[in-house]
Amino acid sequence: MTYTPNTDEDRRIMLESIGLDSIDQLFTDIPKAHRDPDLKLKGPLSEMDVLAHLQSIANENVSLDQLLCFAGGGWYDHYVPAFVDQLMLRSEFYTAYTPYQPEISQGTLQVIYEFQSMVCDLTQLDVANASMYDGGSALAEAISVATNFTGRSKVLIAETVDPAYVSVAKTYASPVDITISPVRNFDVDQQGVLIERQERLQSEIDDETACVVLQRPNFFGWLEEHFDVIATAQQKDAIVIVVGDPVPLGLIKPPGDLGADIAVGELRHLVGPPAFGGPGAGYFAAKSKFLRSVPGRIAGKTKDNAGRDGYVLTLRTREQDIRRERASSNICTNEALVALGATIHMAALGKTGLQHLARLCVENAHLAAERIPRSRFKLGTDRPFLREFPVICPIPAEQVIDSLAPHGILPGIDLGQFWPELANHLLIAFTEKTSEPAIDRLMKTLGGLK
Amino acid sequence: MKQEPVIYELSSSGRVGVQLPPLRDPQKQINEYLPAEEIRNQLPLPEVSQIDVVRHFVRLSQLNFSIDSDMYPLGSCTMKYNPKINEVTGRLSGLSSIHPYQPDDQIQGALKLLWHLQGLLSEIAGFPGVTLQPSAGAQGEFTGLMLIRAMLTEKDSPRSKVLIPDSAHGTNPATATMCGYKSVGVPSGSDGEIDIESVRRLLDEDVAAIMMTVPNTLGVFETRIEQICEMAHAAGAQVYCDGANMNAMVGRVRPGDLGIDVMHLNLHKTFSTPHGGGGPGAGALCVKEHLIPYLPGPTVEVDENDQYSRKHTNSRSIGKVHSHMGNFGNLVRAYTYILSNGKSGLKSIADNAVLNANYVRVQLRDRYDLPFDRTCMHEVVFSGTRQKTLGASTLDIAKRLIDYGFHPPTIYFPLIVPEALMIEPTETESRETIDRFVEALRSIADEAERDSSILRNAPVSAPLGRLDEATAARQPDLRYSQP
Repeated sequence: MTYTPNTDEDRRIMLESIGLDSIDQLFTDIPKAHRDPDLKLKGPLSEMDVLAHLQSIANENVSLDQLLCFAGGGWYDHYVPAFVDQLMLRSEFYTAYTPYQPEISQGTLQVIYEFQSMVCDLTQLDVANASMYDGGSALAEAISVATNFTGRSKVLIAETVDPAYVSVAKTYASPVDITISPVRNFDVDQQGVLIERQERLQSEIDDETACVVLQRPNFFGWLEEHFDVIATAQQKDAIVIVVGDPVPLGLIKPPGDLGADIAVGELRHLVGPPAFGGPGAGYFAAKSKFLRSVPGRIAGKTKDNAGRDGYVLTLRTREQDIRRERASSNICTNEALVALGATIHMAALGKTGLQHLARLCVENAHLAAERIPRSRFKLGTDRPFLREFPVICPIPAEQVIDSLAPHGILPGIDLGQFWPELANHLLIAFTEKTSEPAIDRLMKTLGGLK
Repeated sequence: MKQEPVIYELSSSGRVGVQLPPLRDPQKQINEYLPAEEIRNQLPLPEVSQIDVVRHFVRLSQLNFSIDSDMYPLGSCTMKYNPKINEVTGRLSGLSSIHPYQPDDQIQGALKLLWHLQGLLSEIAGFPGVTLQPSAGAQGEFTGLMLIRAMLTEKDSPRSKVLIPDSAHGTNPATATMCGYKSVGVPSGSDGEIDIESVRRLLDEDVAAIMMTVPNTLGVFETRIEQICEMAHAAGAQVYCDGANMNAMVGRVRPGDLGIDVMHLNLHKTFSTPHGGGGPGAGALCVKEHLIPYLPGPTVEVDENDQYSRKHTNSRSIGKVHSHMGNFGNLVRAYTYILSNGKSGLKSIADNAVLNANYVRVQLRDRYDLPFDRTCMHEVVFSGTRQKTLGASTLDIAKRLIDYGFHPPTIYFPLIVPEALMIEPTETESRETIDRFVEALRSIADEAERDSSILRNAPVSAPLGRLDEATAARQPDLRYSQP
């Protein structure tokens, strides 16, 4: 095999030095009855053949490159500039591992430090870690921090938080003494418009509440009015966790400025195409009082023995390999490569670029909202939205999606899969990739639906 | 070497590194879209040009050691060559530009790939059920213990304890805690295997599971694994296997055949997806029939017309551990790797990985203490105690290896070996490379005898000398702040 360089002659020499005659003798510790199973696998494929095979599987998918994509729901089809992937392909980055030996891992370590800095700047919070598996697990870990920190077990999650995140958080909460209560913070009026009901969240917050989880903009794309909820949570010493996407954060007030304690979110769309939902990278940022409870890797700046600046993994006593059963999280990696891509892209965008990018999405979404074929479709919110909004359809959203597929259009996400009462609601997202003719084609095709 | 400034220090007001389309309506104020009180007033990100960004990250990459630089024998991490074709298939538009909320009929290829990868892993590991959702080995452990918890709860009670050998990875006890279990340590015997009498004594009706690592972190195959499985099952407990060390067994034994109930596979280790500087990984979880009903959803199904679909799970499922179907990009790479290797290639992985480790063992045992001198599997654990008495610790040995051009092994782990040096060469190193590595470690042993300060002052050829970790932890500087 190409990937194993030893020749028969090498193996003969090595076995001789070990004092054995055959490789089989190295495996005699394995119970004989189960040794050397006859695996039902095919022989090796050449590189050419394996590529052809993977290409044929790829061809069985309808790639977003062949579609007008208006699907979002936490995974957005942004354009990622060419240099981001070129730099991620530096094998000094992608074939390294966790920077256990800082003297020969300064590249990875400094990237983590810069990543943490940018996440703090973006969220206006004090500390950030090196990233988590994805947005959903970052939320689960944030809830764990909040319950441990407060010693309380009641967790309130606005129902307008990404349902996939809520599912993951519920799984993590179920074996330990954490009660997750989703709060229905919206209503559907007679026309089908989604109406905000933050007072329900507010009235649920009490002295037993560990934390309140909010999303900005929410899963439906609009910006909720959170000032009163946050004030109430603060009065009750409940922790405020805000889920937020990095792109809108270019324009909207950051979680730290609103009084949030912890912010989490997903960075995938700054790094590459949606990749069927993974790998992503979750960010995790918090106020400095949570520093000793932050899960996962953290890099810090220090000096070497010659007084030169350098970076190390630090505050390691929080982590599983040292704390073992006293650790509150078992995470022992981050999503370093995805976080690297996000760092590169955020650095290149900078202040003006990120604002411009967010503004392009907002412009496209607002143009689209003006052009909804209003005879049969209707905007599903009256709140300020950024790049995504619900549309009320005359037929089930699932049918809309099926009907537009032959036109090469993926018009959005069927909200009925999460809320059965929203079966006629389609969630439509726009990025800088959306062109005006694309918006017109979507609206014209919707308008022509039977 | 010239130091690389923090990217913020390269910032110059007004620079931007990306070329975006113009705004359609630049005159419009942002408060015409959003309420004024919701608009952010400052965003202190760096402002740099594209060439600044490219050079900065290229220079940073040059400060890293990687598998593509030289041998990286980090024990328990399986730092093998990452074939380049995997990076090509992982980037095919039809396998990367697909959205998790596309309808099933638009992503038949993706579901087919998941289905077939599950089948391959099922065949290789010997378990009928597989979920590809966990993002890493540690999340696989979490998922596995949650399945056990769900099954036991349905039967009777979740029970309260998990037995964990003293040689286990730190993630195991942390996982038990996350799943609401108390960890109970099990000592290792003098042969480097788990002490079976202790297992017998500790197995009671409160034990939910025993978490084994096979081969264990001493690089030793647990020869009594079948007996342990039988004892656990007789006590109503389940056997979890940490599959971090599957590289020693692939093609040679199916762990499922040994009686294990549930096991994760680190696809970034055995199946080379790569490590990415510390993730993303992928922690496929393999289970026996009786745990299938509890797997996280959605699961992938296929009908008689070869149509694939995602099936949302029933109330017995533990729920989701990932927002979507797992780290799909890694799964494409693992699938590519398995097909490239095929049946014979997979067996040659274990064969050469174990051969290489044993070759290291016999070449170095006269110079370094070997607490468990027996045939090892894919890794060998030495102790630096002899060098320690000469004034050079295992840390010093590791740092000196850097000067010889190698990545150090895993050090101070497993915890039960003092001054541990855990060496995993992997199958992708040649005899010549291993000879160079052995020569380096022999030479370091000489240096320790001659003048141990050479080791204590190492590394001298790396971009930086030893870093002050104590100050980093005492006075945390975790982000750039404007001067």
